[in-house]
Amino acid sequence: MELARHWRQRNARYRLEGSRHSTTHAVAFPAAQGSEWLPYTLSGRGSVLTYAVVHQASTGHDAESPYIVAIVQLSEGPRITAQLTDVSANEVEMGMQVEMVTRLMGDTGPDGLLLYAYKFRPVL
Amino acid sequence: MRPVYIVGVGQTAVAEHWDKTAQDLALDAGLQAVRDFSGTIGAVYVANALSAALGNQSNLAPAVATALGLRGVETLTIESGGAAGGLAIRQAQLAVAAGLADAVLVVGVEKVSDVLDERREAALALSMDADWEAFHGVTVTAQWAMLMRSYMHTYAIGAQEFAAFPVNAHANGVANKKALYRFPISADKYQIAAAVAAPLGLLDCSTEADGAAAVLISATPPVGGAVIRIAGSGVASDTVALHSRTDLLKLDAVRLSFERALVQAGIERSDVDVYDLHDPHAIAAILAFEAMGYAARGTGYSLGTVGAIRPDGSVPLALAGGCKARGNLVGALGVAQIVELCAQLQGSASTQVADARIALAQCMSGIANTVATHILVRDA
Repeated sequence: MELARHWRQRNARYRLEGSRHSTTHAVAFPAAQGSEWLPYTLSGRGSVLTYAVVHQASTGHDAESPYIVAIVQLSEGPRITAQLTDVSANEVEMGMQVEMVTRLMGDTGPDGLLLYAYKFRPVL
Repeated sequence: MRPVYIVGVGQTAVAEHWDKTAQDLALDAGLQAVRDFSGTIGAVYVANALSAALGNQSNLAPAVATALGLRGVETLTIESGGAAGGLAIRQAQLAVAAGLADAVLVVGVEKVSDVLDERREAALALSMDADWEAFHGVTVTAQWAMLMRSYMHTYAIGAQEFAAFPVNAHANGVANKKALYRFPISADKYQIAAAVAAPLGLLDCSTEADGAAAVLISATPPVGGAVIRIAGSGVASDTVALHSRTDLLKLDAVRLSFERALVQAGIERSDVDVYDLHDPHAIAAILAFEAMGYAARGTGYSLGTVGAIRPDGSVPLALAGGCKARGNLVGALGVAQIVELCAQLQGSASTQVADARIALAQCMSGIANTVATHILVRDA
């Protein structure tokens, strides 16, 4: 069982909650530590900074391959590593505008915990 | 601090050693390294990244020391991903230079062939950020692929410009009897190879394999033969998550570790005669050469296209085959590099750089989140 490991990331994974600095208004994702950083939900909008197509996946992801991974430049400033979805590899372009969606990432095995998290798709 | 010499080396073949455990491989390399040594070994440091994940065994060092007949000796296991070998050499250099031990044996060992590809990829992904990278299915290979695409996009160059690096590695590896792959490849075949993590193709991806290497480090120079000294050693770190870096194509830990090693050795960048880098893909070597200042940003690929990385070029690279042809020893890589470069400085390498006197070895964890650089100098 790895419930706590995934549970504690729920706000970040389900709704892209990071943090914002109370005076500079800088945005951090994942959330930064410190009393001056307050919870802040990002818009989920961004652009593809770079991407690759994974054909040789690691355990837990092998059933999905090939799939597309990317570093997304979020509009609030932070960058994030995530999969692209609802798009084929030959349709992805550098700089493409994308938005966050919540998708099933897999499960923790026999105990049946389903893992949901953000992926990004082309802006509809 | 005392000068530190290399007085013994050992290495197994890089292969799928179905009949051998990690301990067997480590013992083989370790015995070679201590064969002609009559002094006292004060410590045994073992570099290994993946045994806990793939071999159900952590803390290999006491097992290796005991097998070598050194029961009771001080031991340390170093697991810093692909940088483990370099960090173990670094710790041994510090212990001997500081006078804590007169001789330290460093053994690097990796055993990856007991599991299938998915588990190996998962183990290699342990060197990246578990929650914010690996969870999303990113592999280290995919991260290098993303950097390659970013590089191609930023500098408007095609994938064919990367081919010279694996072509050179394979050409050099043909003569190395310990290499995993001993055949040449061509730039034409590079271009039509199947994708592993597009834009990275099969002929631009190293294969992890089993093997061990050992280096005996001593405060006393060897009697007779070449006198090789660890003249410079530098370690640096960077963010674990690649996306946390402002400039993805800048490997700052490579630059810092290189500069620290250079200063300690008291040499200039251009003094180095032969190089071995962490080069599982061409893009890794290209970005490292740029970070070290051997090429302006966006031009590192040309070190391949103009032939500078060949044995007769200005920055000869991967003379034993590099990660691509010798095979990628992950946590043992940094030790194998030192063994191979000692052969260069002794003039006995399978693919030799003429009259090499100063050598540079560099290995890293993940995308350069930890980097170790060593400079070896032949004094006589």
